[in-house]
Amino acid sequence: MQLLEIKHMKKKFGSLSVLEDISLSVKKGEVVSIIGPSGSGKSTLLRCATMLEKMDSGELTYLSETAVHNDEAGNAVYADKARLRQIQRYYGLVFQNFNLFPHYTVLKNVTDAPISVLSIPKSQAQKEAMELLEQLGLGDKADAYPHQLSGGQQQRVSIARAMALNPQILFFDEPTSALDPELTGEVLRVIRELAQKHMTMIIVTHEMMFAKEVSDRILFIDAGVIRAQGTPDEIFSSDDERVKSFLARCM
Amino acid sequence: MSIVSILIQLTDGMIKTVEIFFLTLLFSLPLGLLLSFCRMSKNLIIRSLAKFYISIMRGTPLMLQLMVVYFGPYFFFGIQITTAYRFAAVIIGFVLNYAAYFAEIYRSGIESISIGQYEAAKILGYSKAQTFYKIILPQVIKRILPPVTNEVITLVKDTSLAFAIAVSEMFTVAKGIVAAQATLVPFAIAGVFYYLFNLLVAFIFEKIEKKLSYYR
Repeated sequence: MQLLEIKHMKKKFGSLSVLEDISLSVKKGEVVSIIGPSGSGKSTLLRCATMLEKMDSGELTYLSETAVHNDEAGNAVYADKARLRQIQRYYGLVFQNFNLFPHYTVLKNVTDAPISVLSIPKSQAQKEAMELLEQLGLGDKADAYPHQLSGGQQQRVSIARAMALNPQILFFDEPTSALDPELTGEVLRVIRELAQKHMTMIIVTHEMMFAKEVSDRILFIDAGVIRAQGTPDEIFSSDDERVKSFLARCM
Repeated sequence: MSIVSILIQLTDGMIKTVEIFFLTLLFSLPLGLLLSFCRMSKNLIIRSLAKFYISIMRGTPLMLQLMVVYFGPYFFFGIQITTAYRFAAVIIGFVLNYAAYFAEIYRSGIESISIGQYEAAKILGYSKAQTFYKIILPQVIKRILPPVTNEVITLVKDTSLAFAIAVSEMFTVAKGIVAAQATLVPFAIAGVFYYLFNLLVAFIFEKIEKKLSYYR
């Protein structure tokens, strides 16, 4: 079953074309990594897929529900707001800069959306949140505020926050790029564990070895197009000059 | 005239001063928020009108504004001004003026919140109203507390401008006694009163700031 289907996604910022023509479909349980040089459009792709950014043209479908389709002129048409909010529940996003709510405790960061958006009873939300935090090794941090945590801990909280809404797909936008090198391990470990539980994930990352290890499929994006895609082995043994030189620079 | 009897005479004025102070805050704080929304509106006309309004309110003397509010109804519409309207005019004038200043303070606070907070809230499914009241506003309040404290302290002293339209707040009364009794004691008492009032204001705001210092 396809959880996500993107067809011919195009996006311009002014006259600068950032996404040329991106098509991508993701099956349940699949882990897809997106790699490529900075400025290649990876983050824009993620932001358009999560509807933080509006695409100019193309189609976007989650679990057979259409969020965006093209009109006859080829311009993107978004579904109405109520429908988009419904569709939005299918996915979560973990940001590069965590974007935790600084005035909420760790526990409230994780429980507030389930309580006030999904109307889950507070006691149930708290119980589930504590289970999640325990799993992510943050059981003793429930009452702490984000600024009291390390970057790695904050990023794990933001993963817990996203997971608390039971998304079908979890997007990661360079989840370790804002972290000190010694803290990336703990975040990658959590993502690896999610992969083992067959969580469907789409990960924009600069961690090549991690992408190689955890992904079912890797997309290499360059200048707004998917230049190459395949299994990690296929990508890492690619003949494509751009892919080869990029990987050589990264490793 | 003894200090005690001066004090007794000034007491009514002090109560008026405190009334002006609280009523102004009560109305201008929410009105300022509304005005800041207009100032940040996507609609060019609303935004321009708000900007123009704020520039007039900040660019002309409050004393003049009080007179316009008080005498305006008669001059522009021929409505007979009653003495009861005096106090209302003071409150209207102060509220209109302070809302402009508060609007700019709110705007600076709202614009200082990172876009990431809005994006996180959107992805988590919060509605626009939930995002603002649960996520953004609490953080804005913490950030704007220092400039708001400044403004509130200025308000305490500005209440004395009500004498311009002869509302008998404390300073007006003090001036009256000074003129009638040829003594400067009322001014000294007035000075001490404003100072103590502001000491209290500063103390309260410091408490609130401390209370909100649990996060960064």
